[in-house]
Amino acid sequence: MNITQLMHSRARIVPSLPTASFSVKAGFWRWQRLLPLLLVLALLLPLGVLLLYALQFDLERWTHMWNTFLPRALGNTLTLIVGVGVGTGLLGTGFAWLLTAYEFPGRAWFDRLMLLPLAIPGFIMGFVYVTIFEYAGPVQTALRGWFGWQRGDYWFPNIASPAGLILVLTLVLFPYVYMLARTAFREQLASSIEAARVMGYNRLHTFFRLVLPLAYPQIAAGIILAMLEAMTDYGTVSYFSYPTLSERIVVLWNTEFDPGTATQLALLMMVVALCLITLARRVRGHARFYQHGGQGRHMSRQALRGWARTGAVLACLTLFGASFVLPVSQLLLWAVGELQKPTVGILGESIITYSTNSVVLAGISALIVVFLSLLIVYGLRATAVHRNRGNRRLARMVTLGYAMPGAVVAAGVLVVVNPIDAAVTDFATAFLGWVSPAYLLTGTVIALIYAYVVRFMAVGFNSTDASLEKISPSMEGAARTMGAGTWRILRQIHAPLVSTGLATGVILVFVDVMKELPATLLLRPFGMDTLALRTYFLSVEGWHRSAAIPALMILIIGLIPVFILMRVGDNPIGKHRHTPE
Amino acid sequence: MQRFCTYLMIMVVLAVLSLTPALAQSDDAGVLNVYSSRHYGEMEAPFVAFTEATGIDVRVSAGSPQDLLGRLRADIQRGNRSIADVFLAIDAGVLSLAAEEGLLMPIESEVLNANVDESFRDPEGRWFGLSVRTRTAVYNPANVTEEELAQLNDYSDLANPTWQGRLCMRPASHIYTISLFSSLLYHLGEEEAAAVTQGIVSNVTRYINSDTSLIQAVAAGECDLTLVNHYYMGRLANGSPEDQAVFNSVAIRWMNQDSNGVFFNVNGAGIVKDAANYDNAVKFLEYMSAVENQCGSSTCFPGSNYELPTNPEAELNETVISFGEFVLDLDYPLWEYGAYQQAAVTMLEDAGFGFTEN
Ligand SMILES: [Fe+2]
Repeated sequence: MNITQLMHSRARIVPSLPTASFSVKAGFWRWQRLLPLLLVLALLLPLGVLLLYALQFDLERWTHMWNTFLPRALGNTLTLIVGVGVGTGLLGTGFAWLLTAYEFPGRAWFDRLMLLPLAIPGFIMGFVYVTIFEYAGPVQTALRGWFGWQRGDYWFPNIASPAGLILVLTLVLFPYVYMLARTAFREQLASSIEAARVMGYNRLHTFFRLVLPLAYPQIAAGIILAMLEAMTDYGTVSYFSYPTLSERIVVLWNTEFDPGTATQLALLMMVVALCLITLARRVRGHARFYQHGGQGRHMSRQALRGWARTGAVLACLTLFGASFVLPVSQLLLWAVGELQKPTVGILGESIITYSTNSVVLAGISALIVVFLSLLIVYGLRATAVHRNRGNRRLARMVTLGYAMPGAVVAAGVLVVVNPIDAAVTDFATAFLGWVSPAYLLTGTVIALIYAYVVRFMAVGFNSTDASLEKISPSMEGAARTMGAGTWRILRQIHAPLVSTGLATGVILVFVDVMKELPATLLLRPFGMDTLALRTYFLSVEGWHRSAAIPALMILIIGLIPVFILMRVGDNPIGKHRHTPE
Repeated sequence: MQRFCTYLMIMVVLAVLSLTPALAQSDDAGVLNVYSSRHYGEMEAPFVAFTEATGIDVRVSAGSPQDLLGRLRADIQRGNRSIADVFLAIDAGVLSLAAEEGLLMPIESEVLNANVDESFRDPEGRWFGLSVRTRTAVYNPANVTEEELAQLNDYSDLANPTWQGRLCMRPASHIYTISLFSSLLYHLGEEEAAAVTQGIVSNVTRYINSDTSLIQAVAAGECDLTLVNHYYMGRLANGSPEDQAVFNSVAIRWMNQDSNGVFFNVNGAGIVKDAANYDNAVKFLEYMSAVENQCGSSTCFPGSNYELPTNPEAELNETVISFGEFVLDLDYPLWEYGAYQQAAVTMLEDAGFGFTEN
């Protein structure tokens, strides 16, 4: 038995108690079992109705697509997700280890700052990078001016290329991996280092032989998150004129008026996503472990010296500079230019409206997502702790929305919501004196929030699920045998333990909704705009200076929850008072 | 926990209600709801002037013409009324499609028929053009020789191998590209148009999804030639010092002047089927097409965006006049655009338009 296996078995030392030992009041259980299932169905409905579209299979259309854009769009998608997966995996894991295991000047600061790029939407990072580094941009223009170069005289990396796109998306998505890897490393470092000392390993050995295998599930989850974001991205790829499956789906739907084929393409994309997730889960299957007591201990970081120290500081500076300082400075420069224009008055008023819309939409959606996740995850867990695999699988399906482009989710929501709207309006016009057209769901933000929840359920669900997974069933079993009621268990044992996961879920969904484009475009109530939409419209028109102001607002608002996230990350679960020793 | 959840739900409901203007607003008489694909910023002055003149409050929901058509379709398909009264689209093809699908209603207005020239409106009166934009070539005089320029007369000349690696284009997913290539199909026929498209694709060095950025790329010398809507040149000519520098380092070439005239499109509007504010919508169209609101200054509908009027009596914008004289392609009727667009999309896909080879 080598040390890795030892660590695995050590992590699995806490056994699952047989569920049969639970005795509960029957009436309470019935709704508790039913409610999660109903919720799951409601969340799956918009995706399910799309199958109706997908049934009209048009072979000729597919032949045409296969002969024209499909192979290249598929290739582009794979290039993009592999590139972003590798990029975010390396940056996220590497920097998480560097900032967890070593000590160097500024480490504590960098540790927090690495999360900031989460607040920047990909398309904003994209237009800033392209505008700075493209041929007509300031950098290349200055170089040509200084050296008297002409086109073709010099080589400069082409930012408006697949590599540029991968770079841009990696810079905004690596914090997902960083965040999860960092938490995993912190949880394991203390015990790993102890084991490593026994084995006589150095830090690098410890990393590759002990920490990485144990932290794998979380790192993989982060990479999958980043890859799915890249796969379903619309704003950035269309800005880069890089046709991926997701971009093609929107074109098929909107420009070629072919919802059937668009949906089939979306299903194809989902298959790609499912393969990814299954692949990652298969490996993860070997490494299920529960949070074990007694990990709140402070661990020691190895201090770096000499060139290693300089290198670490420089690496952190480069990454933070490229992913945050550079785009923010450019946006600030543009915004200052814009504010000097005489017409700012109108803008100032509307920017507050856009900000309010964005914040309220994001806030409500985030709370709903996490609340529903808790109900579903907890409900399933309590009724059938890991026993009923069918239920669990069904529950996992609520995460499918994350593998769908926002436009497709929105279209599904419209199919579900339109008949309800029509019925309610007919009723209200006849009996309540409403004046048509007034719609309860599409006329308000309800339909839009429904779409956000379906789309981003995965983010909240996974955070909740992961943090509940850490609670060993033995704790729950123990509580139950002592006669604690369900709510009491939820309140006294689960709530404190999962609060980190829940807060993370709320924040990630909030930030995601702040950045969302396609569903917002299709479902927002009449005349309502968000900061992201406004930025997108302006940047597409090439009005960077005007786009900079709403872009900065997204950033400022997005940074607040990210700051909270940093604090949340500082409290490892082991520190909570309810952890049994 | 239970109490916390109750509070949470109450909070959520309150927040949703706070964002719910649509329920209350629709029975207001002095209102007009517009789905508009016209760009932000430029539309405000004429809309504000309309509100001041009539007291009718204009509410706008913006998006690309295809997005808004999709939304309109979803609205109407539920067998009910759309919240929108006016569908304002920057593409005659999308307007025709909306009309053909029964999403727009015929407008009975002698004023409109008199205001808008026959070439710029639907023969069945379901939509009316309110301003005209051309899509033509912009080149960099420093990098294009006299000879090359002499060879650059028709859109099909963009397929000439001299432009290999020197051409920047808007991607095929954008309606501007689709409509322009539908005119090639109309004039040249399927086979020749496909060959021209293929030739253009092999010349493109970069696809850029913004007309302004296309002009900037030509000005900087990244590419030598592109196709853009003429009003983007108008904006640069009247913009900041940097914008004017960009404008001054490029030149406009009016295409197809010896053949059927330069390709154009309209920013037009129709009234949505069963519109709740039909009368206000008619007033809106009549107001925007009236000669005094079709002028070339920034308070008028065409003038605010350096476009051309559809009212034959109206004055042209000064900047547009400075671009020189040109002939419009009236052979390809606006109401045929919709019918050719789908074929154009297929043709562009066949040619691999929008995919950069690496
Ligand atoms: Fe435009």
